[in-house]
Amino acid sequence: MGTKYPKQKTEKYPKQQVIDDRGNIVNEAYAEEITEELVRKLYYNMIRIRTFDRRAINLHRQGRLGTYAPFEGQEAAQVGSALALKEGDWVFPTYRDHGATITFGADMAKTYLYWNGRLEGCVPPQGKNIFPPAVPIATQIIHAAGAAWAEKRKGSNNVAIAYFGDGATSEGDFHEGLNFASVFQVPAIFFNQNNGYAISVPIEKQMNSETIAQKAVAYGMPSVRIDGNDCFAVYFEVQKAFERARSGQGPTLVEAVTWRKGAHTTADDPSKYREKEEGEAIVDPVERLELFMKNNNYWDENWIADIQEEITAEIDAAVATMESFPKANVEDVFNHVFEEMPDQLAEQKNAYLNHLGRQSL
Amino acid sequence: MTTKPMTLIQAVNDAMGIILEEDDKTLILGEDVGRNGGVFRATEGLQEKYGEDRVVDTPLSESGIIGSSVGLAVNGFKPIAEIQFLGFIYPAYEQIMTHVSRLRMRSMSRFTVPLVIRAPYGAGIKAPEIHSDSVEILFTHMPGIKVICPSTPYDAKGLLIAAMEDPDPVLFLEPMKNYRSIREDVPTERYSIEIGKGKIVEEGSDVTIIAWGAMITIAQKAAAEAAKNGISCEVLDLRTLYPIDRALIAESVQKTTRAIIVHEAHQTSGLGNDIVSIINDTSFLFMRAPIERVTGFDVPVPFFTLEEHYLPTPARVVESIEKVMNF
Repeated sequence: MGTKYPKQKTEKYPKQQVIDDRGNIVNEAYAEEITEELVRKLYYNMIRIRTFDRRAINLHRQGRLGTYAPFEGQEAAQVGSALALKEGDWVFPTYRDHGATITFGADMAKTYLYWNGRLEGCVPPQGKNIFPPAVPIATQIIHAAGAAWAEKRKGSNNVAIAYFGDGATSEGDFHEGLNFASVFQVPAIFFNQNNGYAISVPIEKQMNSETIAQKAVAYGMPSVRIDGNDCFAVYFEVQKAFERARSGQGPTLVEAVTWRKGAHTTADDPSKYREKEEGEAIVDPVERLELFMKNNNYWDENWIADIQEEITAEIDAAVATMESFPKANVEDVFNHVFEEMPDQLAEQKNAYLNHLGRQSL
Repeated sequence: MTTKPMTLIQAVNDAMGIILEEDDKTLILGEDVGRNGGVFRATEGLQEKYGEDRVVDTPLSESGIIGSSVGLAVNGFKPIAEIQFLGFIYPAYEQIMTHVSRLRMRSMSRFTVPLVIRAPYGAGIKAPEIHSDSVEILFTHMPGIKVICPSTPYDAKGLLIAAMEDPDPVLFLEPMKNYRSIREDVPTERYSIEIGKGKIVEEGSDVTIIAWGAMITIAQKAAAEAAKNGISCEVLDLRTLYPIDRALIAESVQKTTRAIIVHEAHQTSGLGNDIVSIINDTSFLFMRAPIERVTGFDVPVPFFTLEEHYLPTPARVVESIEKVMNF
């Protein structure tokens, strides 16, 4: 990948790293900011969402969950970015970002419910501004610009973050959203997870640019390209972007270079379009943090056993909640289209409910 | 009650001035709506009075206008988004179809989009191509958005205020042909007209002509022509296209027993077909003749030298009147 390009852009947008593939610190500037508390917070959340993700795939295989979009390999990008959020901020995720939304405070059981075809899965906890996942590509980028614009008008220091993949950068809404955000200098973070593939299409067929970060130049917007499998790099660089936004310095484009280890969804078979060996050299973000922890005396078997037990129990409970959730209400087919149901819709609803009533006689 | 003579475009301007004055959460977004006051002058003077922050010249970006309006609307604001011509709404169609109209449903009403999208529509003013489309059906077919189309200054003001009061998204279609062709006394104070209610423009007993927007004038001219031959036409102005006033349609056709629908949109899958269904569902046994449709053809709206051949004319409507009377 990348051999056909001149090298100036990757030199201009080097992948920011704090730890390397072997878990060694390569950027001393952050060494003092890496505390045990931070290490444990990152590790705990990455293990938590990885366990959630793997359980989802198992549930799907057992016929207990619908089609599911896994994010394994992207835990550092999702946790590192979501931990920089605070109450009052706005999150505009895609269908592959529930690792980020759960880290920010979305309910696990509700998230499973979403993948089981339940509307309740899109309703965030009270006070958490988490949008339903964008299923069309790139549309949510403009929503983030609009919500951030609203925060600017209110004079708050809340920000909006839009999550999107590499394929989204080919859509018109990527351009329209970044342009709006930069024209109105809104407090938004455009967090790109460049995971190498848009379903089956690799990044070099997606664009003829060397990096996604460089696209920000066109909008007069700061950008940074980071090693998205390095949770510290993600956490610290996104913090910087958030601080800029919170202090009125406008939007930032962040390119987190990562890797989708699994399939696009449980309905997809990646062996059709990529070699098994591809990506093998990429060190998994969780393993990488573990190497760092071992190298730096943060490895504590007891603590790890404890959190694994805690997380398993939490996920068991979430699955139990999902599976014992009251049956979907037929009336919800009709009830949330308008605040006040128009007569012509009410008539359709009543006719259908009467039909169901006759069927059950 | 103080009134002032206003054209339709002045009534739209007047309604937006009232809305901006009374609620500082309202704002206007669009191309050329600020300093220029809009290409039709719908927002004239508003930026001067309410500032660049509330009457915002946006980038030339329809999806950007509607997408950012979604973000603003869910976060405490009430945007009025202007799409310069309905024929240019297509880049925003995805935003409207996948987010504006279904966010309430997807979030079980946690997130709602109180947004008004204004768009001039229709042919007959010798505008360049694409500027003359009449594609209301793309939006009446879309669940979760209301569609309004006034034909007079009075209705335009009252319905635009009602649209702004509505908690759900509304597409507000303004017939360009009527922007300056009708002037009437309009109350200067605030008033609203209930969404979903049509009205009887002319009372009659033999044939019901159902129309909206710029086609009201055509229907009225045809009715006047028919009256010369002793045929009494009732003309209905639907005013709202979704939800549609089925009771008004049923009541009128049950009285006249004959119906003609006039719209400038293409015929196939046009709203006229839904109105035929409404008559079928409510008034089948009352009808003395098959329902006639006088519509635009299934062709792209022609360049303006030929647009008069595309648009329904009073003569075409009169022909249909004769047909239903002689059936």
